[in-house]
Amino acid sequence: MTDLLELRNVSVFYGGRPALDSVNLHIPHGAQVAVVGPNGAGKSTLFKAMMGLAPLRTGEILIHGRPPSEYRDPVAYVPQREEVDWRFPVTVFDVVAMGRYGRGRWLKRLSVADRDGIHRSLERLNISDLAQRPIGELSGGQQQRVFLARALAQKPHVLLLDEPFTGVDISTREATLELLSSLKARSVTVLVSTHDLDLASGRFDQVVLLNRCLISAGSPDEVFTEKHLQAAFGGQMVVVNGKAIVVDQCCGAHGPVGGVDGCRCETCNWARGAREDEP
Amino acid sequence: MIDWLSEPFVLGFMQRALIASVIVGVVCAVIGCYVILRSMAFLGDALAHAILPGVAVAYLVGVNLLAGALVAGLLVAFGISFVSRAGTIKEDTAIGIFFAAALALGVVLISTMNTYAVDLTHILFGNVLGVTRTDLWISGGLALAVLVVIGLLYKQLLVVSFDPILGRTLGLNTYVLRTGLFLMLAVTIVVSLRTVGVALVAAMLITPPATAYLLTRRLPSMMAVSALVGVVSAVAGLYVSYYLNVASGGAMVLVATGIFLVAFLVAPARGVLWRSHRARVAKAG
Repeated sequence: MTDLLELRNVSVFYGGRPALDSVNLHIPHGAQVAVVGPNGAGKSTLFKAMMGLAPLRTGEILIHGRPPSEYRDPVAYVPQREEVDWRFPVTVFDVVAMGRYGRGRWLKRLSVADRDGIHRSLERLNISDLAQRPIGELSGGQQQRVFLARALAQKPHVLLLDEPFTGVDISTREATLELLSSLKARSVTVLVSTHDLDLASGRFDQVVLLNRCLISAGSPDEVFTEKHLQAAFGGQMVVVNGKAIVVDQCCGAHGPVGGVDGCRCETCNWARGAREDEP
Repeated sequence: MIDWLSEPFVLGFMQRALIASVIVGVVCAVIGCYVILRSMAFLGDALAHAILPGVAVAYLVGVNLLAGALVAGLLVAFGISFVSRAGTIKEDTAIGIFFAAALALGVVLISTMNTYAVDLTHILFGNVLGVTRTDLWISGGLALAVLVVIGLLYKQLLVVSFDPILGRTLGLNTYVLRTGLFLMLAVTIVVSLRTVGVALVAAMLITPPATAYLLTRRLPSMMAVSALVGVVSAVAGLYVSYYLNVASGGAMVLVATGIFLVAFLVAPARGVLWRSHRARVAKAG
């Protein structure tokens, strides 16, 4: 496989501190990559850098060996659900149509081809019947599908999904994974940030383990060694029954898991379950 | 009834007041949709007060008040946009500083005038009956320009308001668009100066769009309904003002607020009564 995406010595600084430090990365064409690391490890910064939204202190990012600016819509981004204003008066169709706006097309009406593309994206995610609904009336899973459909409508080289498995129901999780599989068939390169190490090792070809520096990148087996996890998560990681569990990856409402009793976030529940499973 | 409706407009100054009110009703209501969707209500109010020194200087040197207001409004819009872009202080703090400073300057300048009280009242609360032919041409032209730009930039403003990250990845300059919106807001406020005054223009920017938000589901229809509410409020306010002999700006805002309250109670899906009815049905079912 040829390299689609290449990061050469990429550093991004926020206020004098490195958020990403000298990251070198090769992502093959059509790969499905899970990006994991503790909170503040630079996962979002990595995505922002790829979208051209974070200024690089050093290094460069190349797509097919060329700067992203040479392509139209090189990268599409699916934001976290909390980042979206769900009360905004737009319909599902309106949001997906935004994926067809862009350079040189701002003053034109949507063409027939644009409309076809929008409808195909809606069908792919099984939300055609919701096209005229305001986004605020949708369930969480439906909302996520709208943004996935928009990303598809952009026809990007690289698709970035920020925490798509956090706080969604099982059917959306499955629908998202299914979409990822079908994108694989069409060789769209996908990067997904996630806190779910199980999912990262089970459903992705490649894992990128970050903690500001690149700790490791490669197949899940290569990356998920105790040594690498220790380097990324430090004292925040415990190994239960041979399975690594990250203990700070919580809802963000409190410190380490168990720090506040009764937290029902996904990771706390998971950690609690794992602890109870211990003999 | 017809006589009752047409009687006020036999008078020339009432005809001009009617045209001015319609202009203000439409342009405030349309740009106001962005004001409420982008949570810029404080900015709108601040910009309105900040044009006061421009008006005062124009008065002192004897040029058209709207011209002075326009210069001041554009300067403050640029200033807020520039200072908040630097990122060292938050936008609402930047707004607070500029707005208070400009208002203070305006009060100082106006206090040097002999006819202090009367003129200040007119600037703060409007004097729609004093609208001149020149004022109409200026405000009509400016309002038309704002509406045309909003129409041309519809997609860009929609995207940066809803999802600025997408906007930037699609190659939009969010800073330029935001500054553009600030400038159009400043122009809109200047247009409204004679009709509702700087103290009440915020209501014409916010109340009709808020009403429309309760009644619609898409931005184009929200803008249309908002414009309708704006015009109805402005014209009805003018009648109230004529027949009850009360301040026109205040009457317009009160009519708009009344319409909002009705919508807030009975709007389908989003109104209070509708929601409590649905809750009861859900409970009974």
